[in-house]
Amino acid sequence: MENWINDLKSSLKNTMKEILYPLAAIVISFIAGAILVYAFGKSPITAYKALFFGALGDWNKIGETLVTTTTLILTGLSVAFAFRCGLFNIGAEGQFIMGGVAALWAGWALSGLPPILHVTVTLLAGALAGGIWAGIVGWLKAKVGSHEVINSIMMNYIAMNLSNYLIMTVFNEPDKAFSYEIAPTAKLWRFAESFVQFKYSRLHTGIIIALIVALIAYYILNKTIRGYEIRAVGFNPSASEYGGINVNRNIILAMVISGLFSGLAGGIQTAGVQYRVNNLFGFTGYGFDGISVALVGNNHPIGVILSGVLFGALQKGGPMMQIEGIPKEVVGIIQGIIILFVASNFVRVMVQKYKENKEIKAQVAKGEVK
Amino acid sequence: MKGIGKSFPGVRANDDINLTVNHGEIHVLLGENGAGKSTLMNILYGLYNPDEGEILVKGKNVKISNPNVAISLGIGMVHQHFMLVPPFTVAENIVLGSEPQKGLALDMDKAISDVEELSKKYELRVDPRAKVQDISVGMQQRVEILKTLYRGAEILILDEPTAVLTPQEIEELGIILKSLVSQGKSIILITHKLKEVMIMSDKVTIIRRGKVIDTLETSGTSIEELAEKMVGRKVSLTVDKGEAEVGEPILQVKGLKTLDNRGLEAVKGVDFEVRSGEILGIAGVDGNGQSELVQTITGLRKTTAGDISIKGKSITNLSPKDVTSSGVGYIPEDRHKRGLILDFPLSENTILGIHRSKAFKKGFGLDYRKIREYSRKLIKEFDVRTPNERIYAKSLSGGNQQKLIIARELDRDPSLLIASQPTRGLDVGAIEFVHHRLIEQRSKGKAVLLVSLELDEIMALSDRIAVMYDGKIVGIVDAKDATELELGIMMAGGRRPEEH
Repeated sequence: MENWINDLKSSLKNTMKEILYPLAAIVISFIAGAILVYAFGKSPITAYKALFFGALGDWNKIGETLVTTTTLILTGLSVAFAFRCGLFNIGAEGQFIMGGVAALWAGWALSGLPPILHVTVTLLAGALAGGIWAGIVGWLKAKVGSHEVINSIMMNYIAMNLSNYLIMTVFNEPDKAFSYEIAPTAKLWRFAESFVQFKYSRLHTGIIIALIVALIAYYILNKTIRGYEIRAVGFNPSASEYGGINVNRNIILAMVISGLFSGLAGGIQTAGVQYRVNNLFGFTGYGFDGISVALVGNNHPIGVILSGVLFGALQKGGPMMQIEGIPKEVVGIIQGIIILFVASNFVRVMVQKYKENKEIKAQVAKGEVK
Repeated sequence: MKGIGKSFPGVRANDDINLTVNHGEIHVLLGENGAGKSTLMNILYGLYNPDEGEILVKGKNVKISNPNVAISLGIGMVHQHFMLVPPFTVAENIVLGSEPQKGLALDMDKAISDVEELSKKYELRVDPRAKVQDISVGMQQRVEILKTLYRGAEILILDEPTAVLTPQEIEELGIILKSLVSQGKSIILITHKLKEVMIMSDKVTIIRRGKVIDTLETSGTSIEELAEKMVGRKVSLTVDKGEAEVGEPILQVKGLKTLDNRGLEAVKGVDFEVRSGEILGIAGVDGNGQSELVQTITGLRKTTAGDISIKGKSITNLSPKDVTSSGVGYIPEDRHKRGLILDFPLSENTILGIHRSKAFKKGFGLDYRKIREYSRKLIKEFDVRTPNERIYAKSLSGGNQQKLIIARELDRDPSLLIASQPTRGLDVGAIEFVHHRLIEQRSKGKAVLLVSLELDEIMALSDRIAVMYDGKIVGIVDAKDATELELGIMMAGGRRPEEH
């Protein structure tokens, strides 16, 4: 019993430690943003007030923030999961797009299915498409050794153009630059149907799905044999190989699972938010934002949830700042600074340097030799 | 060097070190791994800046902030791992960084004649036109020494110069060093090998845990005294083992061939067997196919020909997992690369390879409570020094990391244990532990295959010794009858050593 409590204590302590550094980076970034706003001749207080109320000012705004958060959590999980296997899945964007298209097809072609089944199949189709899209990259890496970053970037372009082609031909709503709509049975339930507070928001059950998926990802990574192998390969493929782990199989599997998450994000975008797919002039950015979300969330599923909320809020609060006369680009700059600080491990390195110096000085002062 | 001090986080690597090297002497810096010898020499060569203390060269106080300053003061260093460009010729390598010029172009003729003159003067025979990649390791070392001389070195630092040499080459190196000293050079030799101290040096300074323990005249000391001062307690230099009770063959290797990473044949038809209750040592200079041989047996590398079997059952080209479950334990030569996942906690490391076993399963997942219990058991049994099983493997010392690997491999009760350079980089205490465990396996009637570059280790532990040269086993001899001279000749391919 005592053991169990100690375990919990130490794991909580570890978690706190892991959260502390990104948190400090975020605070520093907001300060930097404030200085920037001040330099533009505006009040930082007004700016951040607008940002806050724009994102979380009322239930509808919270709802809209959570809509974005849902997508970001899933693409963030996708990048984080692959990263744990030592893979940089920069192709979350393409997998997201393919997931959206596959869900569109299932949401329309399979109409007639009972409501709950139909929406489930629609989302699964999205996830599967993303999984296949990422799996191709994983397979190429395992079999030919070609780098996943290059291949997944290329797969992003293929996905976007393939999606656009399908939208403008087979799935086209006549004379429109988007597809037809999916069947009502394929749509995710919206909170607005039962809660007046969310009347003007598109908040849907996808957020619950995203949270459950985060827990599943955590469980797979940290509690299962598969997760053990995936992390082992991510840290040290040579030792894993000696440990009887099939490195190639795990690379492919990690990519497929990663793709499932991004594909699901795309499916949810179709079934919960847009009900159709637009002809894209450029990337949606959700997949790329997933990289930032994963990074700030320290590639940990729980961290990804938190950073997904942060990035969702930043994106939704930005336009409100615009109304106050502060360029919404400030939000982009703050996002950039956060990532810069987190990626460079700035806070951690500074704290460590400080500690080391102190330790050496203390040792020298005491004349203590170890 | 006076009162030198240097700290790294958590350790005081050098503490008030005084070292005086006289003109024309060979001075050995003796100490275990991590004692602080390399730190001290890196300070002298300008790679580190000391926290305290001063350095005097020829009585003048100097501040050596980088290697260029050291070179201009006449200090040269030959690193343990040579810093040569393999496709360049000997002459090109020697003049690298201070090339003679003719106009804008490199004056190759002058470079060659300079090198010839230098090698004649110091009796360091080299062919200036040969490519470094084509000459022997001993020859490469001469090139390194010439390089420092070419830059006008008066004080030469040699870091573990004998690690890569055959016994005969070591002897030649001794002669070279003596002749350099007779021409007025001073030499600092870093080593942890006691025998070489006795043969090669005039004076010896012993360093332990960052402090100078003593400075002695070599002629007035003994190996036993040096060992005791180096380690800090009495050590037995011989390994105590009873007669071998040899049984059935466990590992049989027949006509084995395999390629190295570049696709060249590294093992060229090897036959041997290891029987239960014996230790077969594989001796050889680094890079003669030993690593590839071991990787082939453990399933990490595919064979191109031949057969490997355990207790009569073929394991040729099986996966590492299947090889392990056929009763093979393996202590890899590179514990960071192959042995451990440094970013995993100790507990997860102890189940690597058996992580699929039913014992650790719970529902869909792994039973982490059982895993931790299991690792606590191993940590206790094998005396791994760690606060608990949750810390990361990377924060253990080298000796404790090795203990953890040995614990993991031996707990599976393998009938064959392959130990590849099991004591590399370990301190004396840990080396004793490893040797003790290997002998224990042998007494239990297991087969042990020991691969080591340390000839002393091979001779102390093995019952039979196989010598590898150029991908082949040159010969297998009974350890009782083997002499260092004989093994040395075989390690050089069975040819007579070069005359000097």
